[in-house]
Amino acid sequence: MKKEQLLDLYHQMVLIRRVEERGAELYQAGKIGGFMHLYIGQEAVSTGLIAAREPRDRVITAYRDHGVAINCGIAVNEVMAELLGKATGMSKGKGGSMHMASVEKNFWGGHAIVGGHLPIASGLALGDQYAKNDNVTICMFGDGATNIGYFHEALNLAKAWGLRVLWVCENNKYGMGTSVERASAVADIQQKAEGYSMKHSQVDGMDVLKVYEAAKEAIDYVRTESQPYLLEVMTYRYRGHSMGDPERYRKQEEVKKWQENDPIGIFRKHLLEKKTVPTKGLDEIEAQVEQEVNQAVEFAETSPEPTMEDLFANIYVE
Amino acid sequence: MAKITMREAISQALMEEMDRDPAVFIIGEEVGVWGGTYAVTKGFYDKYGPDRVKDTPIAENAIIGAAIGAAMVGQRPIAELMTINFAFSAMDYVVNQAPKLHYMFGGQFQVPMVIRAVGGGGRQLGATHSQTPDAIFAHFPGLKVVSPGTPEDAKGLLKTAIRSNDPVLFIEHATMYQVRGDVPDGEYLIPIGESKVQREGKDATIVTYCKGLELSMKAAEELSKEGIEVEIVDLRTLRPLDMGPVIESFKKTNRAVIVEEGWKSYGVGAEVTSRIYEEAFDYIDAPIIRVAQKEVPLPYNRTLEQAALPQPPDIVAAVKEVLK
Repeated sequence: MKKEQLLDLYHQMVLIRRVEERGAELYQAGKIGGFMHLYIGQEAVSTGLIAAREPRDRVITAYRDHGVAINCGIAVNEVMAELLGKATGMSKGKGGSMHMASVEKNFWGGHAIVGGHLPIASGLALGDQYAKNDNVTICMFGDGATNIGYFHEALNLAKAWGLRVLWVCENNKYGMGTSVERASAVADIQQKAEGYSMKHSQVDGMDVLKVYEAAKEAIDYVRTESQPYLLEVMTYRYRGHSMGDPERYRKQEEVKKWQENDPIGIFRKHLLEKKTVPTKGLDEIEAQVEQEVNQAVEFAETSPEPTMEDLFANIYVE
Repeated sequence: MAKITMREAISQALMEEMDRDPAVFIIGEEVGVWGGTYAVTKGFYDKYGPDRVKDTPIAENAIIGAAIGAAMVGQRPIAELMTINFAFSAMDYVVNQAPKLHYMFGGQFQVPMVIRAVGGGGRQLGATHSQTPDAIFAHFPGLKVVSPGTPEDAKGLLKTAIRSNDPVLFIEHATMYQVRGDVPDGEYLIPIGESKVQREGKDATIVTYCKGLELSMKAAEELSKEGIEVEIVDLRTLRPLDMGPVIESFKKTNRAVIVEEGWKSYGVGAEVTSRIYEEAFDYIDAPIIRVAQKEVPLPYNRTLEQAALPQPPDIVAAVKEVLK
């Protein structure tokens, strides 16, 4: 990977984290409502994954979607404005934290029903198969989604019909507050692909370059073989499931242990050790991110509210 | 004009639209090799091939979910639910995803999809396969719900539904595929969201749709023998609901009976009655009466099943009641 691309990945990861840290503050201040699920700790997953796609490859994910939105190239202003429910958000303030998307950036949402977007992902790939192109659909979901019926119907259909879907399970160890071991008959989640005779592998999700390499390989397989693939990415979220999580299900020592293995920290160390860039270069990126986020918060706060006409807009196309 | 069956009308609509637009394809259980469990897509597999007539696993979430996804990226799938009762297995997609994606993402996504679903009782299929749950689906903004009562309307409305850029639930009745009716020659479209007077009269207004139209027409014949002429307004679309012709007729007759095959509680009749109260209160000369299914899960036994379903004599009695 070229230096510019490496620094771009670093920029994206730091940007996601700072957007979410500011988001948490704004939530506490009552400026963001509803449910908000932070991606902090998991930044390497979507950053590495989406860096490996071609622009024509589609991305769809669950409700922990701010990072994915940023990686797909949605302007941070629009992300922040959507969090604040403003008319300038990409979903015009009608979707909120869990419903970010951009057709232009080939990002198909942001879906809030656990597992509900998996059959839709099969459908995106079906649309491409019907159009006889070789686009790949990258579908991200949590470990919790592998226990619900949608997962099985979607994977079965994808394999039975040879749909080009890269299924990416972000295993962050807990579905809300219930651990994988307590919720899933198979703790080694990638094994579930075996039931569908689907190729699968597992990768360390705290290392962005490892995720990138694994994703490249998997996307290449999906595209050339016209077969789905399940990639399990081992990761961890530092914050609660959502903003209102009492976190009774884990000890703070566990969180601390994972934080020692921080994805941004690991990548920073890597870039410095490989002498890709001096410390100063990374500090500059961080300062730039700080500016971008400040600017985005100001943009969101000064943006107009949706109007009463917007209330009734877009119920139907016609 | 040609006299054809409801089955032929629906089949013609599907074929004409598939011939017209290559983005249109059919997806569902036994739609292909089998020819459709109600034989609506008989011959389609041979004509269009497996890419456009897609036999699916028996997995309703996969069927409707995948149809939504394909629609989002520009195809125009027609998903078939073998019975509307199976929509409950895919309820998340029918009411919680398809109708919301356009709105929730600020207009970015479109879901140009038709869900064809066969509903209704009268075939001794037992409680889980015989329901008329149309009102449930009509409850949700963002979904269009169409349920025709004649071959002419079925063909024209289905063609419009396929061309619509919104998700449309198209409800057919399991006992009406052999119903015959005149259909215009050549291509025609009927707009979604327009009620229609199917029989003119002056004494009372019957508001109904789908199977209720067949039953009401029979009742109207009986009443006519006694010198009572009812006007029948066919809703045809449950959402968006067009009350215009209903109110117009009611202002003329001042009396109404609402006929539906589903349960009375929280049903189509409840909605229409309320709307008449809201929009034409000053014209009411008698309490509005609803004729609907008895409040029981539909039984298998033929006598019991028929007793639970609304019948023409129930409608005749109701009309006489509002004319008292």
